[in-house]
Amino acid sequence: MTTETATQIGIDRSLGDFSYPESHKFDAGYGLTPATIDYIANVKGEADWIRDYRHKALKIFNSKPMPTHWASKDLESIVFDNIRYYLANGQRATRSWEDVPDDVKRTFERLGIPEQERKFLAGVEAQFDSEAVYSNIKKAVGDQGVIFCGPTEGLRDHPEIFQKWFGKVIPIGDNKFSALNSAVFSGGSFIYVPPGVKVKHPLQAYFRINAENFGQFERTLIIADEGSEVMYMEGCTAPKFETATLHSAVVELVALKGAKIQYITVQNWSANVFNLVTKRAHAHEEAEVKWIDCNIGSRLTMKYPGVELLGRKARGEVISIALANDGQHQDTGAKMIHHADDTTSNIVSKSISIGKGRATYRGLVKVPKHLKGCKNNTECDALLINSTSRTDTYPAITVLGTGNSCQHEASVSQVSAEQIFYMQQRGLTEAQAMSLSVNGFVNDLVRQFPMEYSVELKRLIDLEMEGSVG
Amino acid sequence: MSPAVLDFEEMQQTQAEESGALTAAGPVNAPSDRSPQWLREKRAAAWETFTALPMPVKKDEHWRFANLKTLQLSPYKQPLPLDEAARDGLRARSRGLENVAGRMVFGNDQLLARDVFSEQLRQKGVIWLPLEEAAVEHPELFRKHFMREEAILGGQKFAALHQSQTRAGSFLYIPRGVEIDLPLETFHWLSGSRGSCFPHTLIVAEEMSRATVIDRFSSADSASEGLACGVNDLWLGAGAKLTYVCVQDWSRRTLAFQINSTVIGRDASSKALTLNLGGGHIRSESVSHLRFPGGRSDMLAVSLADGSQEFDQRAFQIHEAPHTASDLLYKNSLDDQSRSIFSGLIRVDPGAHQTDAYQKVRNLLLSDDAEANSAPGLEIEADDVRCTHGATSGQIEAEELFYLQSRGINRTDAQRLIVYGFVQEVIDRLGHDAITSNLSEFVHAKFKDSPRSR
Repeated sequence: MTTETATQIGIDRSLGDFSYPESHKFDAGYGLTPATIDYIANVKGEADWIRDYRHKALKIFNSKPMPTHWASKDLESIVFDNIRYYLANGQRATRSWEDVPDDVKRTFERLGIPEQERKFLAGVEAQFDSEAVYSNIKKAVGDQGVIFCGPTEGLRDHPEIFQKWFGKVIPIGDNKFSALNSAVFSGGSFIYVPPGVKVKHPLQAYFRINAENFGQFERTLIIADEGSEVMYMEGCTAPKFETATLHSAVVELVALKGAKIQYITVQNWSANVFNLVTKRAHAHEEAEVKWIDCNIGSRLTMKYPGVELLGRKARGEVISIALANDGQHQDTGAKMIHHADDTTSNIVSKSISIGKGRATYRGLVKVPKHLKGCKNNTECDALLINSTSRTDTYPAITVLGTGNSCQHEASVSQVSAEQIFYMQQRGLTEAQAMSLSVNGFVNDLVRQFPMEYSVELKRLIDLEMEGSVG
Repeated sequence: MSPAVLDFEEMQQTQAEESGALTAAGPVNAPSDRSPQWLREKRAAAWETFTALPMPVKKDEHWRFANLKTLQLSPYKQPLPLDEAARDGLRARSRGLENVAGRMVFGNDQLLARDVFSEQLRQKGVIWLPLEEAAVEHPELFRKHFMREEAILGGQKFAALHQSQTRAGSFLYIPRGVEIDLPLETFHWLSGSRGSCFPHTLIVAEEMSRATVIDRFSSADSASEGLACGVNDLWLGAGAKLTYVCVQDWSRRTLAFQINSTVIGRDASSKALTLNLGGGHIRSESVSHLRFPGGRSDMLAVSLADGSQEFDQRAFQIHEAPHTASDLLYKNSLDDQSRSIFSGLIRVDPGAHQTDAYQKVRNLLLSDDAEANSAPGLEIEADDVRCTHGATSGQIEAEELFYLQSRGINRTDAQRLIVYGFVQEVIDRLGHDAITSNLSEFVHAKFKDSPRSR
């Protein structure tokens, strides 16, 4: 690639650049103090144990140092005092599309969430700022006994189900940002799938950030009871803002015996968002958990979905695509902790660095003592588009004892000049050829996404590649 | 032995009879020390650095996975004195390759023997001297290269300790275009209880020169405790070819640090192999600086761990210039409760295009209590590169054992055969028959001595 084409790298993000006037009924103000916690708990009318939990989390958050001894120093640019930790649009979760405010609808329309899609999807819970503004589960799903609500309703209306697992997969003190989330969480999804129920349609939630300096701290807990199956999809796009925005979610999945959970994320934060997410799953005997994760955009994303393989023959999988453009750092990866015999895990990670973008893979695989028949496979491939692009790989693999096998492989390459030349010869522009090449690089992973997501993903990649070459 | 060396040896014998605690030793400067002023100053500064730096902590990424409890320096004393009988004994035990261009023997950091290499090489300008002598006789060359590359993989404190204490080791200078066919061999012995030694190897290979160097580290008594803290400085000029081999066979109660730095010139090629057999807790750090176009570095290691041995190996392949290549292959065979740590990083600096880098670590776990940690890493800041790494951890396949057993080979031997095959691939890459077969002998000997066979 010529230097000329390199300098011309730029993203046309205008499609995501929109914002509507803010009107927040509830606003906890800037900064984080015990008073903020009380404010949130009061507004939500939460039980005392949740309030205590939040206060405890705040103490842990304050006591934990930034993990900059291994993570990016950029974390230090987060000024916690300049962040608003809670605000809601004044809406309770609504049931019908008509009840959704017009400006919110306009935002969704601009995002291209078609109303027809609702017919296909089992339920949509679109999050606008911190409170769910729109929530709809198809009647059939509700009839099957599936609970699909927000954390506040979940903990209030179904404590017998959710309290048991809440904060158990990811304890408050897991890391500084899980503690932050535990202190101020608001919004997100709580899902319970009863034994043997196979949810036919994916459950879907779109999250949006639409207020400057506003952190979004959603909390998701999905419990798939014995033998059940569920697919959950999460998609994010955010308008561009002048100052950095913090997004720090905690997602806990519990797959009981023989259950299957697929958790799909397509994320496209604007380039000023810090996206620091803790995602972990418990996979019990013969359960299967699959994280499909696509990270585009944001200033810094740190996200390492993990699976604790707790029961015999449990299986964990992480499929990850990361695309880092100018000024972006995708620090993503996976964790696989084997706790039982015959557990298997698979990690496939592909990253693309464009312009001055930096993509990092960070992985952790652990096979403790005296386990038999555990297998892990890790593959990381990185594609570098420009000479200023950067990629890193930092896996860590610990294996004890015989009878297990782990393999890790990583490669770094660039788009071959011959391929581009060949396609140009066939009449494609250089940009088209480049886009095609990049889409080809991730194609085998994109195909694992549900149809509408893979279409969206291809569109996002095309968007990012636009103008990246002459 | 050359008469010229004798007075130098006598001087070394005047070393203090009583060896004090290492952590309170201060820089090593015996009253009779002929070391030049600048070296004394360097030692003093290094001692300051050593005392100022904290011991590694768990949070330090460079010490991730490492067992920090066994890193204590306080039990050890400064190098212990050796009586004449002990000296004779160590000289007699210093048997390596049949044909060498030269041989030096150190015991507890004292020069015990130096077999002079051919007069021809000396006439060509080759310098091969004990470290301290080289500092006196070739101050310019010495100063220009001695510990110029800083330790960057976490061992700064131990590199500083080494610099403040080192007086043993070999200095090799190969002038432009000179090729030394036979290997040069240096023995370092550690003797007595809770003693220490600080072996140093400094090699300056000028343009188009070629040499093969072997360092052998052993303990006089396989049961004695000790501390070894060594550093290597290898400098390759344009087109130079250097093969460096280290056979590490310290006692199982030895704590050892080995910090290696190789700077590779234009079109130069370095090949380094470490055979790790002994030691209790071994920490090694190897850095290859591919500083000029066309350079190549082959980094090889074979570690055979059993008992409670811990081999902690860190490697760094830094591609500072375009058109450079590096290839790392580390293999660990782990038995009993042994542990291995491999943490490697390939770094491609901005502009270092056409880099071809490879890194592979393979762990063979032979016991249910063995532990293998692998952290191969990549940091790439140039796009026209080919960088690959891989890490595998596995065990001997039941089918392989069954096959050999069905041919009448007992299980223990079958397992050994498979391990030999596993590590031989690495040793063969040296491409030097005499050394290869010598190393294989060591591999076989290790298995004879292993706790399981006893």
